[in-house]
Amino acid sequence: MTVLLWLPVLVPAVLGALVAWRHSDAYARYVPLAVALVILTCGVVLVAAGTIVTSSVLRADAGASYVLLCIGAVAVVALWGGLSSTSLGGRGESLICAFLAAMSLAVLSDNLGVMWVAIEATTIATAFLVGHAGTRGATEAAWKYVVLGSVGVAIAFLGVVLVYASGRAGGSPTLSWVALTSGNLTLSPHLARAGVALAVLGFATKAGLAPMHSWLPDAHSQAPAPVSGLMSGVLLSVAMYAILRVQAVGGAHIGVGLVHGLLIAFGLLSLAVAAFLTLTQRDYKRLLAYSSIEHMGIIALGVGSGTTLGLTAALLHMLGHGVVKAAMFVIAGRVLNVTGSSRIADVTGLLKRRPDLGWPFLVGSAALLGFPPFVTFFTEVAILVALTQAGLWWAAGGAALLLLVTFVGIARQVLGMTVGAPGTQDHAGDHSLVDDPPRWFRTAPVAIALASGAVVSFLALVFVPVLGAAAAALGVAR
Amino acid sequence: MNASLTSSIVTTAVGVLLLTAVLQTWRRSTAASVRLLVVQGLALAGLVAALGASRGDAQLLLVAGLVALVKAGLLPWALGRTATGRLVERDSGVRPALGLLGAAVLTMFAYAVSDPLRGGDQSAAARALPAGVALVLIGFWILLTRHSAVSQLVGFVVLDNGIAMVAFLTSDGLPLTVELGATLDVLLVVVILRALTTRMRDTHGGTSVDDLTELRD
Repeated sequence: MTVLLWLPVLVPAVLGALVAWRHSDAYARYVPLAVALVILTCGVVLVAAGTIVTSSVLRADAGASYVLLCIGAVAVVALWGGLSSTSLGGRGESLICAFLAAMSLAVLSDNLGVMWVAIEATTIATAFLVGHAGTRGATEAAWKYVVLGSVGVAIAFLGVVLVYASGRAGGSPTLSWVALTSGNLTLSPHLARAGVALAVLGFATKAGLAPMHSWLPDAHSQAPAPVSGLMSGVLLSVAMYAILRVQAVGGAHIGVGLVHGLLIAFGLLSLAVAAFLTLTQRDYKRLLAYSSIEHMGIIALGVGSGTTLGLTAALLHMLGHGVVKAAMFVIAGRVLNVTGSSRIADVTGLLKRRPDLGWPFLVGSAALLGFPPFVTFFTEVAILVALTQAGLWWAAGGAALLLLVTFVGIARQVLGMTVGAPGTQDHAGDHSLVDDPPRWFRTAPVAIALASGAVVSFLALVFVPVLGAAAAALGVAR
Repeated sequence: MNASLTSSIVTTAVGVLLLTAVLQTWRRSTAASVRLLVVQGLALAGLVAALGASRGDAQLLLVAGLVALVKAGLLPWALGRTATGRLVERDSGVRPALGLLGAAVLTMFAYAVSDPLRGGDQSAAARALPAGVALVLIGFWILLTRHSAVSQLVGFVVLDNGIAMVAFLTSDGLPLTVELGATLDVLLVVVILRALTTRMRDTHGGTSVDDLTELRD
C-alpha cells in the first residue's frame, strides 16, 4: 500500500523532469493527463481501502485520500479538456507535472513544514503558467500572483514556525501533524494561538478568500484554460485542506473558536465580494474566477460552522465545485478560441451559433449556481442548515442573501452570452491544434464532469461513509 | 563558548539585523539596498552560528553556512543582476523621513506585542524575539510603500529574514529538511520575480508597479 503514497508524488516529478528534458516529443502533450490519471487512481484506491497508510513523512488518512481523489478528478477534467484548446510548448507541460507533484505532496505529507514547502512550490510552478501568454496583462497577473501568493504563504510560514516553537514548552518541538493533534503534547498556548491564527490567515490568501483574494481574478483570467481550471479546483482546495489541518492542531490545544470565527468572517466577506463584482463583470473568465471566490467562501462557511454536517458538506462541495469549474474553464477557453475575445459583450447567442459550446456552458453555469439536481444545490443547502444548527442564523441569512445576489449576477451574464440572437461573425474559426483529437474526445471530459456533478448527489450510499470518514479524520471530532 | 560571549554576539547580530532593516526604508538606490541585504544576511548567519556554538550543535553550524551562502550570497546576487549588467535604479515612493518614521513605529509596536510570545523566557535569544517581529513588519512596510518592483523584492527578502530570525530565536530553527525546502522556495521565488521584472521592462517599459493597471474590475 505504501507505494500508493509515493506514486502520486514521484510519477509527476519524474515524468515532469522527462518532459522538461525532451519536450519536443509528440507525446509530451499527453503526459499531464497521464499523471492526473495516476493521481486519480491512487486516490480512488486509497479511499476504497479506507485504512491509514504511512511511509516516512507521507501519510494518508481518510481526509488526505479523499482530497487526493479530488485533485485527481479535477486534474483529469481540466487536462483532458485542455488537450484540444491549448499547447503549452513542452515547458508548460512539465510545470503542470511539477504543480501536481507538489499538490500531492502537500496533501499526503504528515509534516506541516513539508506541507508548507509543497504549497509554496506550487506558486513557483504556476508563476510562468500564469504569465504564459507574455502579454502586458499576463505579466501583470503573474507579478501580482507571485508577490501576493508568496507574501501570504510567508505569513503561513511564520505561523508554522510559531506552532513548532510552541512545542518547546513540552520539551519536544515537532511539526508532525499526528503528534501535534494526538493530545499527548503540551504546547505553549500563546505561541500556539498566534501560530494557528497566522497559518490560517496565510493559507486563506492562497485559498482565495476575501479580503486576500485580489490575485485570484487576475491570475485565473490570464492563465491558459486548463491551468485556470487546475488553480480553481486543485490549488484553492488544497489551501483549504491546509486550513483544515491547522484547524485540527488548534482544536487539540487551544479550541477551534478562533479558526472558525476567522473562517466565518472570510466566508461572508468572500460571498459579498463575489456578489457585487459578478453583477458588473465584463469578462467571462473573471466571472468564473469570482464564482470560485464565492464557492471557497461557501466552503469556509461550512467548515466555520463547526458541525459535522457543515464539514461533510464542505468536503463534498470541494469535489463538486472543482470538477464543474474545471469543465467551465475548459469551455471558456474554447469560447475564447472561437470568438477571440474574453469580453462578455462580444459573445452572444452561443446556443444558436455553437450549440456544442453553448449548452455545456449553460448547464455548467446552472451547476455553479446551485440548481438541483447538481451536487452544489445539496451542499449549499446543507451548509446553510449547518450554520443555523450552530446558532449562526445571522450568517446563514446573510449567506443566503449574498448567494441570491450572485445568482442574479451570474445568471444575467450567462443568459446574455448563450440565449438570444447571434451577433457578430466568428473571429477566425477554431484555433485547434494541428493533430486535432476526434470530436467525442473533446466533448467527453466536459460531459463526464457535468454528469458526475449531477449524479454524485444521488450516490449517497457510496459517498456518505467516505465523506464521514474524511470529515472525522480532518475535523475536530477526534 | 561562554554564555556572556554568546549573549553579546546574539545582541550585536540582532542589532545589525534591525538597523539594516530600518536603513532599507531610508535608502533609495537599489544597489545600496542590495548591499544592505548582504550585511543583513551575514548578521543572520552570525546569529545562527552563535546559537549553534553555544549549544554545541553541529547541524546549526551547517545551517549557518547555508544561511550565509543563500542570504548573503545568492539572493542579493540574483536581485542585483539584470540582463544588462549591474542594476542602477532609484525608487520613488514615500519620503525617506516618512519611511523611517514608519519603521520606528513598527519596531515599537513589535516590542509591545511580542511579550506574550516569549512566555517568560529571559534568555538573550528570547529577549531578541521582538526584533524578528519588527523585521517582518518592516518588510511589509517596504512592500506597501515602495513602487519599484526590485524594491518590493527587497521588502519580501527582509520579511523572510524576519521569519527566519523568529524561527532561530524561538526554536533554534526548523528541522533541517523543512529549512532546506523553505530556503530553496524563497530563492526560487526571488529568481522568478526577478525574471518577471525583466519581462515587465519589456512589456511595460519600466519596473514601477504603478504601471500595473491593465487588470481591474
